[in-house]
Amino acid sequence: MRSYSEIDTIVKRSTKAKGFSWGVAEEIGKNIKQLELFGLPGIKHINQYFKIFNNEKFENCQSFNKSNRPQNFYCPIKLGLSFFDQSISIQELNDIEIEKMAYPLIFLPFVSRSSEITGKRIFLKIDQKEFLLNFNQSIYSNYLSSEVVEKADVIKIQFLENKNNFSEEDWKELTKLSENTFVEETDELKQKTAGAGLTDND
Amino acid sequence: MQVPLRDPKIVMKLSRLGSFHQSKLSFLRSFLNEFKDWKYNRDLFDLNDRGYGVAIYSFSKDKKTYSLVCFANELKDEERSDRVIATKWDAAFALYDGIPSKIDIDRLSQNVPKQEVGRLSYKELTLSRANRSVRAFNYVVECLSKGIQPNTNELSKVGYLYRTTAVYGSGKFGLADRFRIKNRDEINGPFRLEMMLVYLVRQFTFDQVNHIAKHKNPKDAVELDLDICRNLGIGNSTGLGMAPFIVNHPSLLNNWILAKETALKKIREIEKVSEEEFKIFYNCLTKSLKNVTSWNTDSEYQKKKINNLINDLQNLINYLKDNIDKSNFYIFDKLYNWAEENLSEEGVEYLVSIMMEPYNEITDPLISQMSSDEDSSFNIPVDRTINDLREIIEKNYSDILKIDFSKNENNKKFWFISKNKEEPRIGDRFEDNGSELEQPTAIARDIKKLYETIFTLKNSLKIGNFLVQNNDLRHIVRRVFITEKYPYSEIQDNTIGSKLVPIDMLRLKLSFFGAVKFDPRSDKWLRICMFQGAPLPNELNSFNQYWIYN
Repeated sequence: MRSYSEIDTIVKRSTKAKGFSWGVAEEIGKNIKQLELFGLPGIKHINQYFKIFNNEKFENCQSFNKSNRPQNFYCPIKLGLSFFDQSISIQELNDIEIEKMAYPLIFLPFVSRSSEITGKRIFLKIDQKEFLLNFNQSIYSNYLSSEVVEKADVIKIQFLENKNNFSEEDWKELTKLSENTFVEETDELKQKTAGAGLTDND
Repeated sequence: MQVPLRDPKIVMKLSRLGSFHQSKLSFLRSFLNEFKDWKYNRDLFDLNDRGYGVAIYSFSKDKKTYSLVCFANELKDEERSDRVIATKWDAAFALYDGIPSKIDIDRLSQNVPKQEVGRLSYKELTLSRANRSVRAFNYVVECLSKGIQPNTNELSKVGYLYRTTAVYGSGKFGLADRFRIKNRDEINGPFRLEMMLVYLVRQFTFDQVNHIAKHKNPKDAVELDLDICRNLGIGNSTGLGMAPFIVNHPSLLNNWILAKETALKKIREIEKVSEEEFKIFYNCLTKSLKNVTSWNTDSEYQKKKINNLINDLQNLINYLKDNIDKSNFYIFDKLYNWAEENLSEEGVEYLVSIMMEPYNEITDPLISQMSSDEDSSFNIPVDRTINDLREIIEKNYSDILKIDFSKNENNKKFWFISKNKEEPRIGDRFEDNGSELEQPTAIARDIKKLYETIFTLKNSLKIGNFLVQNNDLRHIVRRVFITEKYPYSEIQDNTIGSKLVPIDMLRLKLSFFGAVKFDPRSDKWLRICMFQGAPLPNELNSFNQYWIYN
């Protein structure tokens, strides 16, 4: 088994060898390590992508709109960096659609890290594959195979508002239960045990 | 009285870092303290008459066990090399997480002796190899087999029976990643498992000489005297591998130096030093004279530093006798200020180390703060502005900005990784091939380039927007923001200049390991000794914590 430290180092070096800067290489090393830690096939994807990287012309997107359409395919590394670097302003768009991206799984860790720095969960849909990115702590997905996703036609990104995913009724019931850890207060107990003043009218 | 932390622009200069010494914060000393109540055992010792075979040593407590698995191999003299390019060694070692099964030992026997070309698993924590000091090893075996103890003067010229040539951990070659074990209390300090490996290897070297001597002459052989054992350590040959490490782990470096600086600050702020505290300090100081005098090296560079240090120690003792009244307030602050004015950097840093000796209550809490979760500072704060970036650079890198990189002398060297051994090397940009594959270790040059690039940009420009056009500077932007949080994370010198002495970078790291007797063999590698004078494993539950000065 290769350690995650080895994965980080080898991906960093191979990214540099493909002509990216050291700073970008550091990002990709960490991202692929993260994919592998989450059980997603990062090494397989980056290896395949680097094999075709010099043969095709991939595009970047330097400023994002609600809908983003390249002439050719987007590069998941360049687009990912651009997305991550501008994610604080991009979140104001709420929903974004990106068409035509090569090896979109390589793009995913950038979105996951954006979830952490924006403080919002992000829903990412790569064609039919769905991912819920939870503040870069975990990924919930219906993509369970390790098949290589060579390209995506449509990617949808949705910044989710911070709200609880339970009902007020559930909360009230649990709160009531939690009160069973408190001691019933009598007047005598109040007099003897309260720390703060008993009247605030002074 | 409030004493400020020392200025990183002074402390983080290479000449200063290259004058650091071991202290109570050093990893080998904190390792011994942490494991003093663990049970030590020699679990297996299956060597043939000539000392080749397998041995296992362990530390255990409650349900936890760490086992050192040792493989001693026959090695021809012409095959023995301390260089990292070597492929065979007298012995090879792995620290196993738990108690290894027979299957594990068989697997390790196929891989550990191969070192970098073998494969380890997440059950192994550290990996190392070592070569005999042929002169010392053979001499000791010869003496013991004749029933006599070796001459301690002869042995002190070397100081060890084996020297390691690399100790690997943290995921290298398949070893366990740091995250798997980082929450264990007993290893909540940097390099603790590497220290355990080296310490147990030391015991193996004693057992091996005793075993060989016994089989050489069963009738007359004696075992190596325990006092002599204690005064032997483990040598280490260290090359350039350590140098990029301290550049590539900025927050970890910060935490090491910050611990030292915090200890110094708190000690200088002590109003009244007790008789007992002063006595501990003074004893360590006076014993140091003897200790430093026995520091052997052929390096003219180091000889000069040692002579300066001996003079400094003598001057320090005289100054203490003539000018320090122990009943006065803040005597350590006075002493430190005097040292800065009157001693060499070696002397000042030595004083800083021994001033810590009486103060467990200051150093102990700092030890647990010397690790680092480096991923936590990885993300660049993309919503900050160019103005923020410029201000941090001007504040934290003002000396670096004065360097003129258009001059060849300031741009002379480059760091690269060798293809055949995957180890760092340093070359001459104007003479050697490979500078186009330079590693990102030229921090000073890249800082200057970043500063010049942003000089005319709008203050309000967001870093995220700047990076869209300037990803070639991404690594250095990251570092600048790291220094904002971690003031001691950056070497305040040019690591590619013609005057660079790479062993200064090695010495910094080795001093935190707890190494002594730095013996430079060139400007790119040196030998050191670890655990010389340390208690033996079965003495750990009660030992003199000032052993290093004995």
